Amino acid sequence: MRTLLTGNYAVAEAVKLSRAKVIAAYPITPQTTIVEKLAEMVEKGELDAEFIRVESEHSALAAVYGAAIAGRRAFTATSSHGLLYMYEMVWWVANARVPLVMAMVTRTIGPPWNIHTDHTDLLTMRDSGWIISMAENVQEAFDLTIQGFRISEEVDLPFTVGLDAFQLSHTAEVVEVPDQQEVDEWLPERRQSYKVLPGNAVTIGNIGPNEYTAKLRYAMAKAIEDSRKVIEKADNSFGEKFGRKYGGLVEEYRLEGAEYVVVMAGAWCGDAKDAIDRLRDEGLPIGMMKIRYFRPFPKEEIKRLEGKEVLVVDRAFSMGYMGIFGMEVSSVIGDVTNVIAGIGGVDVGVEDFEAMFRKFASRKLQRLEWWPREVFS
Amino acid sequence: MSLPMESILLPGNPACQGCPHALGLRALSVLENVVLVVPAGCTTIISGVHPKASFNVPVLHVPFASAVAVASGLAAAYKQEGVEANVVVWMGDGAADIGFATISGAAVRNEDIIVVVSDNEAYMNTGIQSSGTTFWKAKTTTSPGGKSEEKKDLAGIMLVHRIPYVATASVGYLQDFVNKLRRVSEIRGFRFIHLHSPCPPGWRFDSSKTVEIARLAVKSGAWILWEYDGRFRISSPSKPYKDETKRVPLEEYIKTQGRFRGLSGEDIEEIKKKIEEQWKFILTMEKTFK
Amino acid sequence: MSSWLECLIAKSSEGSAGKTGLWRTFKPVHNVEKCNRCLLCLYYCPENVIKVYHHRFITINYEYCKGCGICAEICPQDAIEMVEEEE
Repeated sequence: MRTLLTGNYAVAEAVKLSRAKVIAAYPITPQTTIVEKLAEMVEKGELDAEFIRVESEHSALAAVYGAAIAGRRAFTATSSHGLLYMYEMVWWVANARVPLVMAMVTRTIGPPWNIHTDHTDLLTMRDSGWIISMAENVQEAFDLTIQGFRISEEVDLPFTVGLDAFQLSHTAEVVEVPDQQEVDEWLPERRQSYKVLPGNAVTIGNIGPNEYTAKLRYAMAKAIEDSRKVIEKADNSFGEKFGRKYGGLVEEYRLEGAEYVVVMAGAWCGDAKDAIDRLRDEGLPIGMMKIRYFRPFPKEEIKRLEGKEVLVVDRAFSMGYMGIFGMEVSSVIGDVTNVIAGIGGVDVGVEDFEAMFRKFASRKLQRLEWWPREVFS
Repeated sequence: MSLPMESILLPGNPACQGCPHALGLRALSVLENVVLVVPAGCTTIISGVHPKASFNVPVLHVPFASAVAVASGLAAAYKQEGVEANVVVWMGDGAADIGFATISGAAVRNEDIIVVVSDNEAYMNTGIQSSGTTFWKAKTTTSPGGKSEEKKDLAGIMLVHRIPYVATASVGYLQDFVNKLRRVSEIRGFRFIHLHSPCPPGWRFDSSKTVEIARLAVKSGAWILWEYDGRFRISSPSKPYKDETKRVPLEEYIKTQGRFRGLSGEDIEEIKKKIEEQWKFILTMEKTFK
Repeated sequence: MSSWLECLIAKSSEGSAGKTGLWRTFKPVHNVEKCNRCLLCLYYCPENVIKVYHHRFITINYEYCKGCGICAEICPQDAIEMVEEEE
C-alpha cells in the first residue's frame, strides 16, 4: 500500500510489521515521534508488544538488551546526546552478541544546543561492533528497519538504522508499505544463538582468562566481516520480494564512465544526485558511490574507485585529522579530496552541491576543505 | 526454623572468608525460577572464573548502572512469552548509588522484579571507598578521616515510591530475611529489600564475626529491621529495641570494627543522635501505615 | 556450540575458584558429643559446605571450607572448635 509517511513514522511502521515484542525508549528530539507512534500502536492494540517507559537512554538500551537476551525481538531509538548517554550499553550489547535494532536519528552534539543533523553522533558507534546503516530517504529507512531485524538475527550483532534529523525524520514521502503477511513471509521468526531463561543455569559474562575476551572479539570481527554477504543476500531477496534492491553496502549512482566520483551518505545524497544529474547533462563524467553501510565498511566497493578522482563529502569531522568518511575512504584508495559540510545541520542544497562538484572537477578544491570556504576563512 | 538447606551459590566460589553476600545469597534459594541480574561489584567476582560459574541459577552480568533496567527488559520479555520467572537484581550499595535513577524509574513503573541491595556500606570491590550508605564517621579509603556526609536511607527512599513491597533485612537474621523473601514471592510488582551486610575486610573485623556484628547493629538500634507491604511493621528482631533502654550500647557495635577506630566520644554522641532520628522516622512510618 | 559462545557462557560448577579449602588457616572441627543438631552452623555457612545426614551427622566439606569461623561463633553448644591448620 502506498502511504504518506515521515521517516520516523516509517520506522515505527516497519518495527510494527517486524513484530517487535519489547520496545523501550526515552524521548529525544528528533527521534521522539518514532517511539510516540509505537506507544500509540501498543496502546491501541495494533502492536502486541510491551512498551517500557524508561527514565533514560542508558536504561532504554539496557531494557531492550534484557528483552532481547530473553529471546524477544526488541527495538529502541535515540539520537545525539541520547546515544552518548547510552554509550556504555552500545558496546555491551554488541560484545554480548545480542541481536536487536535501534534507529539512530542523527543529530549534532552540543554545545551549543542544536537539534539538527550531522553524522557525528552515529559515527561514534564505529568501532563498537554494531552494523551501521544509513538511509537516504523514507522508503530506505523503512526497508532498512525490516532488513535490520533479519540481518542482526542472522549474525548475532545489533543493527542500527541511521536517518538524518528532520530531513528524513520529519519529512513526509510516499512509501510503499507491504502488508503483514508479506513481511512475515520475508522476515523469519526470531532466532539468536543463546537466551537467558529461568531453569538454565548458565552465567553470561563471567570474569575469566584474558584469552576469552580476545577470542570473543576475534569471533565478532569475523561475524561482522561475514555480515557483508548476509547484507547482500538480504538486499537481494528483499528486492525479489518487494521490488526494491539497493545494491548492498553501497548504492552506485551514475558510475558508468565516471571519472569523478562523489562518496557520501545520508539524506543529502538526494540533492547531491540532482546536482550530478545536472552536471552529467553538461557532459561532466561524474557519479556517486553512496555509502549505505558504514560498518561493515564497503572496502571492496571503494577499492573499485581506484584511479578515479574521488571527493568524499563528510557531515562529521574527526578532530585532529579529517572527515570521518574521508579518512575511511582514503584508508582504502589513498589520498582523496575531503569536503566537510552540513555540520550542525547547515543546509546544503542542490546548488551548493553543483558548485562544489564543479570546483572539484576543475581541481579548485583543497584536499581538505570546510564548505563553503568563505564562511570558514 | 525453616531456612533453606542449600544455596544458589555453590561451594568453592571466590567470595572472601565470612562474606555477607554469600550468606544473603543462601536465602535467595527460597525463590523459584530465579534469573539473577548482577551489576559490577563483589558478586561479579563471587560469580566465579570462566568457564566455571558459581551459581546454580542463570546469571546475567551487566554494566554498573544498568541492572534494574536490564531486569525490566527481561521481565517484559518473559511476560510476553508467558515464562514464569523471578527476575532478581542482586546489587551492592555502589550499583545502588550509580544506578539510582534506574532503580527509581523501575519502581515508578512498578516493574515485576525483585531488587536486593546487599549493602556493605562502602564500595568494597574497588577497595573500600565511601558510598551513599557508608555509616556516619566510618573510615574508608576515600574518607580516611571518617565519613563526614549523611548516610542515605535507601529503603526509606524506596518506601515513598509507593511500591508494593519494601523491607530492610540483615545477614545476621537469615530467618527474618527468608520470611521476607517468601512474602516477596507472593507479591507481584516492584519489590525492594535493603540487606545489611557487614564486610570483614571492609569494616576490619575477623571473618568469624560477620553474623555477630550484623546482630549487634540490630541490637544497638543502628540498623532497624522493618517491612512494608501496604502495612508498615517493625520486624521481630528489631521490636525489642523500640525501647531505647533495651538496646545494647552503641559502643559495643562500634568497637568491634576497625573502620571506627579512633572515634571520639563526641563522634559517638553525634551518631547516636542520627540513630535516634532514624528511629523517630521509622516509628512515624509505623503509625502512618498501620 | 560455536566457540565464541563457550567464551561468553560459563557453566555452573563447584570449585569455580579452585580448592578454596587451601585458603584455610583454621579448620572447624565438629564435636558430635556437644552438638544438639540445631543446624545453625549449616544455615549460616556462607560457603554451603556443612551438610547433615539422617538429621544427625554433620559433615564439613574441607575441600572448599575457607575456615571463616562463622560456624564456631554461631554454635550455641560450642560444638565446633577452630583448630590451627598444620603446615
